[in-house]
Amino acid sequence: MSSFLSIDNVSRLFGPNLTTGEKIAAKLGSKVETRSVRAVSDVSLSIRKGETLGLVGESGCGKSTLGRLIAGILPPTTGSVTIDGKPVMENGTKVTTRVQTVFQDPFASLDPRMKVGDTVAEGPIAHGLTTKGAAREYVAGWFERVGLDPVWADRYPHQFSGGQRQRIAIARALAMQPDVLICDEPVASLDVSIQAQIINLFLELTHDLELTCVFISHDLSVVQHVSDRVAVMYLGRIVELGPVAEVFGTPAHPYTSALFGSVPKLVLDADELVHFETIEGEVPSPLSPPSGCYYHPRCPLASEQCSAQQPATQPVAELRAVACHHFEKQLAKATA
Amino acid sequence: MSDPVLSVKDLKTHFFTRAGVVKAVDGISFDLAEGEIMGLVGESGSGKTVTGFSLLGLVDAPGRIVSGSVKLKGTELTTLSAAELRSLRGHDISMIFQDPIATLNPMLTIGQQMRMAIDAHERLGARAAEARAAELLTQVGIPSAKERLRAYPHEFSGGMRQRVAIAIALLHRPAVIVADEPTTALDVSIQAQILFQMRDLARETGTAMVWISHDLAVVSSLASKLAVMYAGRIVEQGPTATLLRDPRHPYTAGLIASLPAMAAPGTPLTQIPGTTPSLLSLPEGCPFAPRCDRATDTCKTDPDMTHQDNRGWRCFHPVTRTAEVPA
Ligand SMILES: Nc1ncnc2c1ncn2[C@@H]1O[C@H](COP(=O)(O)OP(=O)(O)OP(=O)(O)O)[C@@H](O)[C@H]1O
Ligand SMILES: Nc1ncnc2c1ncn2[C@@H]1O[C@H](COP(=O)(O)OP(=O)(O)O)[C@@H](O)[C@H]1O
Ligand code: SF4
Ligand code: SF4
Ligand SMILES: [Mg+2]
Ligand SMILES: [Mg+2]
Repeated sequence: MSSFLSIDNVSRLFGPNLTTGEKIAAKLGSKVETRSVRAVSDVSLSIRKGETLGLVGESGCGKSTLGRLIAGILPPTTGSVTIDGKPVMENGTKVTTRVQTVFQDPFASLDPRMKVGDTVAEGPIAHGLTTKGAAREYVAGWFERVGLDPVWADRYPHQFSGGQRQRIAIARALAMQPDVLICDEPVASLDVSIQAQIINLFLELTHDLELTCVFISHDLSVVQHVSDRVAVMYLGRIVELGPVAEVFGTPAHPYTSALFGSVPKLVLDADELVHFETIEGEVPSPLSPPSGCYYHPRCPLASEQCSAQQPATQPVAELRAVACHHFEKQLAKATA
Repeated sequence: MSDPVLSVKDLKTHFFTRAGVVKAVDGISFDLAEGEIMGLVGESGSGKTVTGFSLLGLVDAPGRIVSGSVKLKGTELTTLSAAELRSLRGHDISMIFQDPIATLNPMLTIGQQMRMAIDAHERLGARAAEARAAELLTQVGIPSAKERLRAYPHEFSGGMRQRVAIAIALLHRPAVIVADEPTTALDVSIQAQILFQMRDLARETGTAMVWISHDLAVVSSLASKLAVMYAGRIVEQGPTATLLRDPRHPYTAGLIASLPAMAAPGTPLTQIPGTTPSLLSLPEGCPFAPRCDRATDTCKTDPDMTHQDNRGWRCFHPVTRTAEVPA
């Protein structure tokens, strides 16, 4: 498999970032958190050109942080990200335009005082992808591409609906002519009937432009729909990775299995007594993760080994990997 | 069938804003029996929250209930005084909000807040109050409840705070609980735990619930009946499974068809064209018409609710095909 986007042993720590008040409080002996969080812990991924990798996991597991590390918005504490062999960041600064991002809240990410056409043109002009004189036409092309009327380029963000604003955000990212697109919850804030429109646009554009994508979403059905492979994160680590149909069909990690099991399904039979598989307890604090396998306090398959030793990531099948001491047991359960 | 605990008839709540009259809730009717859970689904701005607020008499200026009736166990709520409403709220009918942080006071311990909620309607000794509070926390799945009563909200996770909010709503065993997207901000795993417990609670205590959500899958696993809102009206209502399998209103059908589960992975999803309308500039006639592929000239007048068996829809040209069941 030739890797186009490579994430090599990337970790990111966040310090306690104390406010002045908290520092004083800490000096006076108050209980103030001084430990740091390992938001992303030793993540390695190789993504092929044109592939869409879905990234799932519970809130706070590190999805957005990993997305920002890949996009060069945030420097890793250790490790590196390369596109086609070239680094995304050097000395803490982003050195490429080949990776762009689309975020959840299109309103927050657009400057309210700027005409949307100017917002879209800004980056491409700065990086010589178009000129001031040609920008209007350049932007019009991208507007059409994402299903917006080019005459709207002179309007301001507040004059658009949520779905339209997300189209503008997509146009802005694509106008930079990236090879890699990081989408962090791109449909989460949209109305149900608009989500399908944006998902369809995403599918069409990634296919036509041969984009390599990382698609972050808490909505597993959306990830299942758009991704080729999926990575499941838990407390900063990737616990399972593989082709979407296989991971969803026969999860090899007990957490993957439990996470998918807890998603409510559309129930079409009144007599069906719905059984939720719920995961016991909650995600532990990332400030003091459990010993060994981070999942062991919630895992039904946990053994003594699990609390003592962190499981290594091992291959399960082609393109499939899992970090679990007892993945064979889990696979047997999933296929039973 | 016994009398409904909650009966809503042609309820209208309008906001009189400078830009014009916003008909946020415009003539909705439904009944709820003891222990019954009704899912209220619709997109943002369709009027779900305003419906919930109207049921509890919580609508503030510039909005007010302009007509219609809300009967709780036979008592008409729309004509009650503010004081009378206050004595009902939290006792006979309570609401759980989307954001538990807004519900809980950060300066008070969970125990103090639960104590206040108890004192508002009942005289209990300190011991008995604490026992009741601990019992309810246990019921909503908070372990070591007694110790937890001394904790402050910030010491709890989002999921646990929402459980506390639910426990407070349950304190006086209200006849009806209105839950406004209480699990939307939570992780799926925590959401599943809470949904599971709520369903059992409704069954055990006989509390009826209006469960507001934009997620069809969530309500389908919880509610026995469903009401679909669009632009301030209920456009379709009936038993959940019937509605999802055999929707009549083109909007309901469109919502179901657009779910990723309804298409093969990687293939285009069925989409509803256009955007949700502004309530300030609704089209004449059926508000769904600009987005509806079945619209005709007839739809320039406003359709009434057509009732058939135990279901109803507001559409001149209802869909009749049976929805495809996903594998
Ligand atoms: N700037 C920061 N400073 C300190 N801690 C941070 C910072 N950004 C993220 N974190 C911590 O890193 C961890 C991962 O956060 P991240 O935002 O990546 O999670 P996520 O998976 O995207 O969650 P969600 O699903 O809620 O968006 C969390 O524990 C979070 O509190
Ligand atoms: N205080 C208010 N003043 C004016 N309009 C309001 C007010 N509260 C709600 N609305 C309007 O009422 C409509 C329904 O809102 P809401 O019930 O909150 O929708 P939902 O909960 O379905 O997302 C929206 O158009 C909203 O803008
Ligand atoms: S390593 Fe052990 S605790 Fe961790 S997921 Fe596997 S079985 Fe469960
Ligand atoms: S009444 Fe007409 S426009 Fe409205 S939903 Fe039915 S067919 Fe469509
Ligand atoms: Mg995030
Ligand atoms: Mg609402």
